[in-house]
Amino acid sequence: MAPHSDFDEDEDIDFSDLREQHEVRLDEGLDTFVVVDGCPVVSEDQKPKLIKFLCKKLGEVGKTKPDAVFMPVNEKTKMTEGYAFVEYETPEQALAACKSLNGIPLDRKHTISINKLTDIEHFGREGRIKDEYVPPTIEPFAEGEHLRSWLSDINSRDQFVMYRGENVGVYWNRKKDTPEADVDRMGWTESFVQWSPQGTYLTSVHGQGVQLWGGPTWKRIMRFAHPFVNLVDFSPCERYIVTWSNRPIAIPENPPPNFPLTADEDGKSFIIWDIKTGNLLRSFAAIDNPDEDLIEVTRKKVSWPVFKWSADDNYVARVIPGNSIQVYEAPSMVLLGKKAIKIDGVVDFEWSPHAPVANPKKPEPEQLLCFWTPEMNNQTARVTLMSIPGKAVIRTRNLVNVSDCKLHWQSTGKYLCVKVDRHTKTKKSTYTSLEFFRVKEKNIPMEIIELKQVVINFAWEPLGDRFVFITADDAVPGAAVAPKMSVHFYAPEKLKLGLGEFTPVRTVEKKNSNAIYWCPRGRFVLVATVHSQQSFDLDFWDCDFEGEKVKPDSKQSGKDVAANLMLMNTGEHYGLTDVEWDPTGRYVATSTSMWKHAMENGYHLWDFRGHLLREEHLDKFKQFLWRPRPPTMLPIAQQKSIRKNLREYSRQFDEEDLFESEAANKEVVEARMRQLDEWRAWRERVEAEVRIQRVEYGAVEEEPEEAEEDRVVEEIVEEVVEEREEEIV
Amino acid sequence: MRPILLQGHERSLTQIKYNRDGDLLFSTAKDHVVCAWYSVNGERLGTYNGHQGALWTVDIDPTSTLLATGAADNTIKIWNVQTGKSLKTWDFPTAVKRVEFSEDGTLLLAVTEQRMGHLGTVVVFPIIVDVNAAQADAPLFTITFRESKATVAAWSYLNKYIITGHEDGTVSQYDGKDGELIQDIQAHEIGGQITDIQMAPDRTYFVTASKDKSAKIMDVDNLKILKTFVTDTPLNTAALTPKKDFVILGGGQEARDVTTTSQRQGKFEARFYHKIFEDEIGRVRGHFGPLNTIAVHPQGTGYASGAEDGYVRVHHFDKPYFDFSYEVERMKA
Repeated sequence: MAPHSDFDEDEDIDFSDLREQHEVRLDEGLDTFVVVDGCPVVSEDQKPKLIKFLCKKLGEVGKTKPDAVFMPVNEKTKMTEGYAFVEYETPEQALAACKSLNGIPLDRKHTISINKLTDIEHFGREGRIKDEYVPPTIEPFAEGEHLRSWLSDINSRDQFVMYRGENVGVYWNRKKDTPEADVDRMGWTESFVQWSPQGTYLTSVHGQGVQLWGGPTWKRIMRFAHPFVNLVDFSPCERYIVTWSNRPIAIPENPPPNFPLTADEDGKSFIIWDIKTGNLLRSFAAIDNPDEDLIEVTRKKVSWPVFKWSADDNYVARVIPGNSIQVYEAPSMVLLGKKAIKIDGVVDFEWSPHAPVANPKKPEPEQLLCFWTPEMNNQTARVTLMSIPGKAVIRTRNLVNVSDCKLHWQSTGKYLCVKVDRHTKTKKSTYTSLEFFRVKEKNIPMEIIELKQVVINFAWEPLGDRFVFITADDAVPGAAVAPKMSVHFYAPEKLKLGLGEFTPVRTVEKKNSNAIYWCPRGRFVLVATVHSQQSFDLDFWDCDFEGEKVKPDSKQSGKDVAANLMLMNTGEHYGLTDVEWDPTGRYVATSTSMWKHAMENGYHLWDFRGHLLREEHLDKFKQFLWRPRPPTMLPIAQQKSIRKNLREYSRQFDEEDLFESEAANKEVVEARMRQLDEWRAWRERVEAEVRIQRVEYGAVEEEPEEAEEDRVVEEIVEEVVEEREEEIV
Repeated sequence: MRPILLQGHERSLTQIKYNRDGDLLFSTAKDHVVCAWYSVNGERLGTYNGHQGALWTVDIDPTSTLLATGAADNTIKIWNVQTGKSLKTWDFPTAVKRVEFSEDGTLLLAVTEQRMGHLGTVVVFPIIVDVNAAQADAPLFTITFRESKATVAAWSYLNKYIITGHEDGTVSQYDGKDGELIQDIQAHEIGGQITDIQMAPDRTYFVTASKDKSAKIMDVDNLKILKTFVTDTPLNTAALTPKKDFVILGGGQEARDVTTTSQRQGKFEARFYHKIFEDEIGRVRGHFGPLNTIAVHPQGTGYASGAEDGYVRVHHFDKPYFDFSYEVERMKA
């Protein structure tokens, strides 16, 4: 609606005089008064000067005037007492003064403290506060449960959480066998569950806030009150948690006792918490961008997380679209350098996932941050690498004809790929180019892959140098079928000294695939079709196939690439919506969630080679999430020795597996044996009883028919082929 | 062997029955005719015309003399199997959902619908197995259901009990002589309507099918649940196979729940489970609507299934079916 319609203008009569006259004055008390402590002690001559100075300071938040300041003078010394009573116009202004002016320095020696007069009355009265200091009682230290106890499982099995119907359960993966429940609770969460990034905590989300659970008994570890919370995000090292609600927090006028939030949080949408203490660190309001259209154009969806953490948890940042990036230091939550980094037009940014190690020379190592700005004001679009906290620009790259950019860091921060969606000059068609920053190399050299199609998905190999992306063919106008996809595999060229340029290994055309899931340990990649009505393909690829070298695409055959690609297996999972690798990269769970559709909800479990281990259909199945593992603590040398002696270990594990499967087989056979015996015994008993009853009843006991002789049944089939009546003359 | 497709009905099938010798097959559907078929080749023997409403149920007496049918025109009719002549009609205030002859053919039970103020009942008529005899007008006794209505019912061995399956998932046992309630148990999930009860050949145990996606084998004497078969789709029918220790289950998403109809999504398959081990052995595809009824040949040489799609598929088992057995079974043979 237009802000001023005719109707509104008619209504816009100035009532202020009437209002003034008739308004009910509720706050006629002493709420407008504040007590200012810590003023300089001055003589009576200097008093007006001080009052004037004080008024200037206090006028920052509300209206007051020298008349409204009462500064008592000691009759003996003829000097002021060092405090003053000040009246503001409204109680709100008085409150604001207490909040924002309390503790500010007047000059070098004097720092004023401001309190409400009513508070002074309330707390200062005799007997209210004991004169004697009573030290706070310190709770005796109670040892908590080991939060990572699941890692000490004797078989090193992995856990996952499943949310179906109203139940949330954590289970041990037992490959082909029914998972073993560790815990299963009804109504554990109200909307969804989430693991913390290292698997220590399980998050449940409720109307009142968020709760964290963990340890062997799945006790509640912490709770964070945030009414109507929608989304949750953890910092990478699990030190902080961010909660977001689309409804700004409303603090009731008279908060009930123990109300977890204070007036500071009124109207805020984001809260950052410290996980260990449960303290609220800072709350933030959502950004209302006046330039709404700009966001509309550049980013169509709300992206989560809004607050992005640096890899070592020391900084958290958010972007004010089109304006700046705010970087806060954790845990103090103050803006780095007291102000946001002003970047005109900035759309999005990403932290490098690599956490630099602090050394004595550099106690505060620089972290990398990458952001991009679109074309504006006769300037080209630009991707910039910046170091934090130094705020130094390390590398920039100018780009033209940009419609959108996506920033993809490789998991160790070795490479940055910027997926640039560009449009032709006529803006009729779009195409993609991939711009690579080799961050770890000197001067950060660039590499570019130009494509004719649009890249719809891109993914780096974790811990590796290879990547996979999917391009969409041009849609045929008017055709009912979705355009076909091509899956591209790239690897760096193998040179004598390290790795060279990125080279295509293979392109698989005419696919429907739209999603790429790398094994978290690299090497294996699952290319899938998700959220589709027609197609549910799963392709399991191995990038280091240990067999005959498969020739890459013919045109590149001259080069030696650091990959030997092999399609190991293909599968199908009807209605597939989600894919999750387990943290060790040995198993993949594909699931269909009722949040997306109601058909064949459940999950399938595969091994990395694409062999289906298990399928389970569960009504109202919602979520399947593997419990992440913290990074390994083994030194690199030890990891290498394990890899070297892998055969040794694998033999041991194979034996264990064999033993287990034999035991399981034996169990099954025994169970069947028992069932068969029981059934036959029961039949014999019942048949005998019934025979007696039949005889008693007088029913003719039918002799069991002798084994039927071969009977010949002769069936004569007569068929009228044709009937014709002819008149014979 | 390829199944024989019987295309004699114009609307969805409601029940199929083999006669005791297994040479004939009777089918009822929501169109108003009963069809009789040769089970060996699927040739139609004839039809029984006379009902004014959708047919819900059919049964044939052990001597293949009389045929009983129940329909939505609120009647039960007794037919001469050979001539197709209607011999007797009983009228009811509501539709008849199930009829069944007793083991010896001297009694007939019928389940009537609960509707318009009338409670659901099971009525029992005496039958004289002779086409020339006049059948009694009045029932021997009536069982009235004050709580959940019965949907299916069956006779035990020696007409000792009447077993009823109910809309709320309970199974009840009544005295076969006077209709006194002996016991009832919540065999299936609450609200998991029981859609079928079929007796074993000697009527000492039976299999139930339920909308709660499971089927159970129960002891007719004490209603003990002996076996449970869990599937992923609401079940409409369950049958026991003689000769082999299997059960055949049929069902599928109801038509109104299938929005993007595909055979795969509807799960319109006949599922074979091992009766003793409760394992799924295999599935037979072919129908493109939920399976409403399955009947097994009394000699265990084949089965027929009828579905919402209006077709009956008659299957004859091949040699591998009879050869299949678990290692445990071979060991214990």
